Amino acid sequence: MRRRAPSEFMKKEHKRNSIVIRLAGDSGDGVQLMGSQFAASTALHGNDFSTFPDFPAEIRAPAGSTFGVSAYQMNLGGGPITTAGDAPQVLVAFNPAALKVSLPLLEPGGLILLNSDSFTTRNLVKAGYANDPRETGELDSYQLVATEISSLNLEAIKDFGLSKSDGGRCKNFWSLGLLLWMFDRDLQLIVDWIQRKFADQPVFRDANIAALHSGHAFGETAELSAAIPQFDIERTALAPGEYRGISGAEALSLGIAAAGELADRNILFCSYPITPASPLLHRLAQLGELGVGTFQAEDEIAAICAAIGASYGGMIGVTSSSGPGIALKTEAMGLAVNAELPLLIVNSQRGGPSTGLPTKTEQSDLYQAIYGRNGDTPVPVLAARSPGDCFYVAIEAVRIALRHMTPVILLTDGFLSNAAEPWLLPDMNTIEVIDSNPAPTVDTERESQALVFERNPETLGRPWVAPGMPGLMHRLGGLEKDIKSGHISYDAQNHQLMTNMRAAKVASVAKFIPPQSIELGETTGDLLVLGWGSTYGPIFQAVRRAQQEGLAVSFSHLRHLNPMPANLADLLQGFDRVLVPEMNMGQLSTLLRDKLGANPITYCKVSGQPLTINEVEQQIHMHVTSSTGGEA
Amino acid sequence: MSTELTAKDFTTSQEIRWCPGCGDYAILKTVTKALADAGAKRENTAFISGIGCSSRFPYYVDTYGFHTIHGRAPAVATGLKLVNPVLDVWVVTGDGDGLSIGGNHLLHTLRRNIGLKILLFNNEIYGLTKGQYSPTSRPGTRTPSSPRGSLDTQLSAGAFALGAGAHFFARAIDTDKKGLGSVLEAAQKHDGTSLVEIFQNCIVYNDNVFGAFTDKATAADAQLRLQHGEPMLFGADNEKGLSLNTKTLQLDVIDAKKHPENVMRHDAHNKILAQMLIELNLPVALGVIYENAAAPYEKTFYTEHSSHFTRTGKVADALRRTNTWTVT
Ligand code: SF4
Repeated sequence: MRRRAPSEFMKKEHKRNSIVIRLAGDSGDGVQLMGSQFAASTALHGNDFSTFPDFPAEIRAPAGSTFGVSAYQMNLGGGPITTAGDAPQVLVAFNPAALKVSLPLLEPGGLILLNSDSFTTRNLVKAGYANDPRETGELDSYQLVATEISSLNLEAIKDFGLSKSDGGRCKNFWSLGLLLWMFDRDLQLIVDWIQRKFADQPVFRDANIAALHSGHAFGETAELSAAIPQFDIERTALAPGEYRGISGAEALSLGIAAAGELADRNILFCSYPITPASPLLHRLAQLGELGVGTFQAEDEIAAICAAIGASYGGMIGVTSSSGPGIALKTEAMGLAVNAELPLLIVNSQRGGPSTGLPTKTEQSDLYQAIYGRNGDTPVPVLAARSPGDCFYVAIEAVRIALRHMTPVILLTDGFLSNAAEPWLLPDMNTIEVIDSNPAPTVDTERESQALVFERNPETLGRPWVAPGMPGLMHRLGGLEKDIKSGHISYDAQNHQLMTNMRAAKVASVAKFIPPQSIELGETTGDLLVLGWGSTYGPIFQAVRRAQQEGLAVSFSHLRHLNPMPANLADLLQGFDRVLVPEMNMGQLSTLLRDKLGANPITYCKVSGQPLTINEVEQQIHMHVTSSTGGEA
Repeated sequence: MSTELTAKDFTTSQEIRWCPGCGDYAILKTVTKALADAGAKRENTAFISGIGCSSRFPYYVDTYGFHTIHGRAPAVATGLKLVNPVLDVWVVTGDGDGLSIGGNHLLHTLRRNIGLKILLFNNEIYGLTKGQYSPTSRPGTRTPSSPRGSLDTQLSAGAFALGAGAHFFARAIDTDKKGLGSVLEAAQKHDGTSLVEIFQNCIVYNDNVFGAFTDKATAADAQLRLQHGEPMLFGADNEKGLSLNTKTLQLDVIDAKKHPENVMRHDAHNKILAQMLIELNLPVALGVIYENAAAPYEKTFYTEHSSHFTRTGKVADALRRTNTWTVT
């Protein structure tokens, strides 16, 4: 085992403000694990970061195929880092297919680290290379470092008696060791993690640690010949406090549990497995001690119905899915609206229509969330902007559900669920508790049916009465009911009143939400870029860059999509133009036209990939220029 | 202070909307009586229904009631039972609601054995949507949607239940106060999901469809009233009995007076016997056909699986259950 050389002797080749790294290989190469461990080390090193895993759709695609490539992209540097970056500057490719798929993304002049052992004729053919790209000149414009990662790894662990295939699985740790050397990182954090993770598999534990050290030592040796560069990446000046790395799914699960704690109610989370929403179920299943129960139902409809049953029973019912599953739940959402029960519905959006692109990201369920139910059936809709934001949006969504006795839709997406960032831990004591509508006092003079539907005039939430409470027995259902007595009513006048009441209830949410603010730039001017959901990161960076270039552009980002903040119309009117970039065919733009009579410029992208900073920046250039240039 | 409630205490003031002469009235009466007899508490009792004539039931019982959406009552009831297992949760459904649009939920509810008491009003027809054939209609049933007769094979609620892994299945006739009453009592006592199929006469769209065994004149010969551990006898004078033919693996009707020793006794724990009883055409088996004890889902949910729904932890600690670092 070799010890790391003291860092002051090291030659810092590359000083940078930030860098984008992409790790790519077969599903079996352990790229995701390698990436998440590198992220943990990055956090402790003091860089800001943002990560995004890019999984193949197939669980076990044939080894060496281009469609089986699993990638992990990470942007790190001095803050604020809000996206996993556009074009990688460093690519680690474990096989020809990974190179083939990732090369078009790579920045010209970027560094490619290849596992040359995998560049066999067979693998080249599988990747669709007629000739070895290392020899054709197509890699000439990059810095190429080809290393026998597989054999060096096997050599390092040969004393552990592992089979060739088992031993080969350690090569992600070998590569991680090398990466850690390239970024001047301490190995101990990863060693500790391996010891915990592989505690009951001592052979793998020791082999992985040996591989990690070997990769690191390889870097040191290679340094002598300066074959492998080292990077010195700017650290960030994050606000003081305690941090952790967090993915959207983690933040969402903790936010749901936090909402239960703040409301002093338990949670029943009911769902049916679907990509990319399932990680939420997996996470929540581990939070039992926070008063969270999880129920895997027989289908999407049963999942939402069981959640409604839970809310009816006095707990906070939560269900979650992705677009196709949400479609199945819509009838039951109407029931929750009609029964005036609280409910949280999480949609981790993915590429559509139909089965679409399950593992890719999109924002195309906004219409579905706002308009997609039979009848006039409004529900509040919120969207999270970043992994850590999922925590706060979950709390906010439950707060609205309980305050107004209504189902609430929370939109996230495949990108947010899996992306990760450093996150300043909240102080739970400073978050306002969540109030719910208390049960009325029993009044034997009056029918309990009417008591149960006596709504709070400000929120239009009715008392939350659950079976088991004496003296408050009542009948509830999907049929229209009398606005006062709560009994079934087919009266024409009453139906109009009830429809108005449901609309007014959702509209009343706007009284409780903060006014829309400007994230970057002036509050009036030429151009406002308005976003929602997970496009926050790229829009933020694009606007910042444009501002640095001296362009007058501002940025605002919506959390509340229904109802929208009361000042939004005024805010938009302060700008000559409003640019709305979104990962759909213009759904927020439609909404702005519909609700506010605005006339935004839409930038649509529906490729299953997140927006890039560059493309948003280009859009800003286009529209700022035309506006200042005085063209019509 | 006396807390004894009567059947009347379980009745609401709501105007009943079923057709005059509908079998549902009789069921409502027997159910409210059964609740009173069992000493049920109104606040701890909930009736959950889907859509259909039968699903109006909750409006007429003065307990908690939730009239949900088509086919989904078992799922809503499951959520309720999970969050408050002390409640007596009843599901009221029909052959269309429970076996057609909601077939999947019924299947999985039975399989889980969660503590719901499910009353399946089987009238072999869609009543509320005006008389189309249902999954339990006999092939050839002429209805507005099957003017030349329906094509589908008839679904047997009992065979479905046993196939799904049900732990309690019983049958009764709507107007049979005694038979239905005792079945309801047994269903309520069963720890887990109880499925009770009630032959319910739809006087408007499928009148007398069960006449072959419900008519007074032939009832004695056409109904087998099961009692666990008792010989399986029927006929006006209990002169007929069921015997297991070991050659054909069928239940034969024999002369019970002549060969009492060959009359089989009902064993409600025997699933194979239950299957044979369900398949009998005449006599029609009534009463508790199958019952087997198993831990109900909600118990395992609390003790072994998922959370105990007691908040022992703090979110502030859960947030820190990973690598954290401090920026100063
Ligand atoms: S249609 Fe049939 S089942 Fe429905 S209420 Fe009338 S008689 Fe009863």
